[in-house]
Amino acid sequence: MTVKAIINGIPVEVAEGTSILDAAKKVSVKIPALCKHPDLDHTAACGICIVRIKATGRTLRACCTPLENGMEITTHDPEIVNVRRGIVEMIMSKHPNECVTCARNQNCELQTMCADFNIHTTDLDNIVPDLPVDATTKSIVLDPRKCISCGRCIQVCQKDQNVWALTFMERGIETRIAPAGDISMAESPCVKCGQCSAHCPTGAIVEYDEGPDVWAKLADPELHCVVQIAPAVRVAIGEAFGFKPGTNLTGKIYAALRRMGFKAVFDTNFGADLTILEEGSEFVERFAHGKGELPLITSCCPAWVDFMEKYHSDMIPHFSSCKSPHEMVGALSKTYYAEKIKTEAKKIYMVSVMPCTAKKYEIQRSDDMKSSGYQDVDVSITTRELARMIKQAGIDMQSIPEEQPDHLLGAYSGAGTIFGATGGVMEAAIRTALKLVTGQTPGRVDFEVTRGLKGVKEGVLEVAGKQVKIAVAHGLGNVEYVINKVREAKQKGEAPPWHFIEVMACPGGCVGGGGQPYGVTDELRLARAKGLYQEDQAGMWRCSHDNPYIQKLYDEYLGKPLSEKSHHLLHTHYNPRPQYQR
Amino acid sequence: MAAAAPGDLALIAKRWKDKRGSLIMALHDLQGRFGYVPRDAAQELGKQLNVPLARIYEVITFYNYFKLEAPGKNIISVCMGTACYLKGAPEIVAKLSEKLGVKAGETTPDKQFHLQQVRCIGCCGLAPVVTVNEKVLAKVKAADVVDQVYACAKGA
Ligand code: SF4
Ligand code: SF4
Ligand code: SF4
Ligand code: FES
Repeated sequence: MTVKAIINGIPVEVAEGTSILDAAKKVSVKIPALCKHPDLDHTAACGICIVRIKATGRTLRACCTPLENGMEITTHDPEIVNVRRGIVEMIMSKHPNECVTCARNQNCELQTMCADFNIHTTDLDNIVPDLPVDATTKSIVLDPRKCISCGRCIQVCQKDQNVWALTFMERGIETRIAPAGDISMAESPCVKCGQCSAHCPTGAIVEYDEGPDVWAKLADPELHCVVQIAPAVRVAIGEAFGFKPGTNLTGKIYAALRRMGFKAVFDTNFGADLTILEEGSEFVERFAHGKGELPLITSCCPAWVDFMEKYHSDMIPHFSSCKSPHEMVGALSKTYYAEKIKTEAKKIYMVSVMPCTAKKYEIQRSDDMKSSGYQDVDVSITTRELARMIKQAGIDMQSIPEEQPDHLLGAYSGAGTIFGATGGVMEAAIRTALKLVTGQTPGRVDFEVTRGLKGVKEGVLEVAGKQVKIAVAHGLGNVEYVINKVREAKQKGEAPPWHFIEVMACPGGCVGGGGQPYGVTDELRLARAKGLYQEDQAGMWRCSHDNPYIQKLYDEYLGKPLSEKSHHLLHTHYNPRPQYQR
Repeated sequence: MAAAAPGDLALIAKRWKDKRGSLIMALHDLQGRFGYVPRDAAQELGKQLNVPLARIYEVITFYNYFKLEAPGKNIISVCMGTACYLKGAPEIVAKLSEKLGVKAGETTPDKQFHLQQVRCIGCCGLAPVVTVNEKVLAKVKAADVVDQVYACAKGA
């Protein structure tokens, strides 16, 4: 069913239920929206999207009003624009005037509104609430003074992520975002996914910035600084430099990192390949040899691990003991690589560049993260932080020539690269599981059921004549369905509904990570993922086990997957954690 | 658990579980019982009603009615359930009222004691029952109650 209406004199026809806000886009009319995010349900909190309905003369909010047949709508006239300006002025009257020192400077939806509406002076007093900054998670930083109460973060945290770390406390002008009660974020159930920061229109929630620390370490002559970049970083960072979303900048990023002073440039994709060898072997042990519980559940997303430890700790026996790929590379940089270059491990300083805020937490998650004898990854910065550092370093990403990684821990297969998209770990693991079970090169490497943005993807794949049932979930809100089914089957003593489950905390997987460039929508998630799948298709090796540097690593150092050395360096343990520390 | 007599949180949870819009009523009961909404009691209630703590705090900070902090250092609760009532709870309240100089539902000016009457707390076998913070006094006599309460009070 469609409805026909007229917006600013232009006829428009849209599907029934389409909001006036979205319908207007169809006829090239941009109604300003501040609380509404294209990813999220409307909260109708700000009122800036008002439009006038001709028949009644009433104004309505475009974000939450569906277009109706025969409506005649005015979206812009001097009076409406004035009301909108008034709304922005009101918001600014309780907002700190700190744009130049704000992490969102030049990338803030509120700042853009102020610019668009020409808010230069105001008659209203500036009364900023006196609320403390909360940086206790060391992953995300809350500055509730900059909150405009749009409700996006709360919707994301409660509904999409099902974590319920954040809520609105008090009401009216006193309304503020906070965890439940007067506790810090670190004491709350927050899993550090950073999705709140990715959706906040202002600088009220941002990543915990560690760029300055990295610069200091790079300037220290005693240190041997090395770096690795995660799969999802390469197809997103370009957005900060004017490239089309999804453009793969791998070679340019390597070059930029070398210019910044890193002595070796590694790639987390190598770690992803290694994860597949370890986790694939773990799966085959459980699936083909009956050693350990099924389903096997992936563990490379630290926000998911934290969520599981807090909310579903009965799933611990199902969890892969594999560390996440960047932790593996970290551990190897201070052992295997350190030995190769004859440098003391303590002089190596490993920086991870991740799409992710939760990795900041993960690097200190437990003593297993010090398997080299030192903290395996010293610091984890987000894509956003690296983009800023590249700008500070005066590097022109458009023209800088591409370079190669340091192959020892930097060469990778297409299977490693697709880790950055939801379903990628599963697809990569299946490719190698086929090889491990049959001993033969898999005849098929593309498993489309794992791809795309459906919340839970289910499929049955054939491995050596046996059916492997898989499920892929992304966005923690989609996990409950999967886990409940596993739990139910277990309680009834039935066969598990799936044999292998992949979970990524962020919608879309790491391409939609909480530390990626701002403005994420499904369109952007798909564009970034496309960049990864293209690299996979074009790659020399499609399977992790074909990566010769992985083979070399096993030959020279680890022995074989799941060896004692592998277990020591590449695997970890899980423990139930309380949701609230207080 | 702050001032919880055995089972009485469970009683509140049971009363409101699976009823629509029951959270506010359950919190009302909780405050009625403790004089405020203690964090650990809210946490336990949330678990039993399957409501996230964040939602509970959204509600209790939205309405001025709810208190997040104990109104006095020591919360004296006199059970007014049928059994306790019949076995002399009103005399106990009168005695405490006289000694402390406050009516039920009030806090002494020095904030040392908050006196309140509560609904049945579910240990009728011990009637009449008075609780002082987390301590439960059983088969209390009006003549002794003041001494007993002072003995239980923290740093008063
Ligand atoms: S980081 Fe994730 S879990 Fe933590 S408050 Fe933000 S959305 Fe919620
Ligand atoms: S912190 Fe940001 S996303 Fe959350 S309510 Fe405030 S302005 Fe909106
Ligand atoms: S999905 Fe990726 S970006 Fe998001 S929390 Fe997990 S690891 Fe980090
Ligand atoms: S965008 Fe419609 S009310 Fe905020």
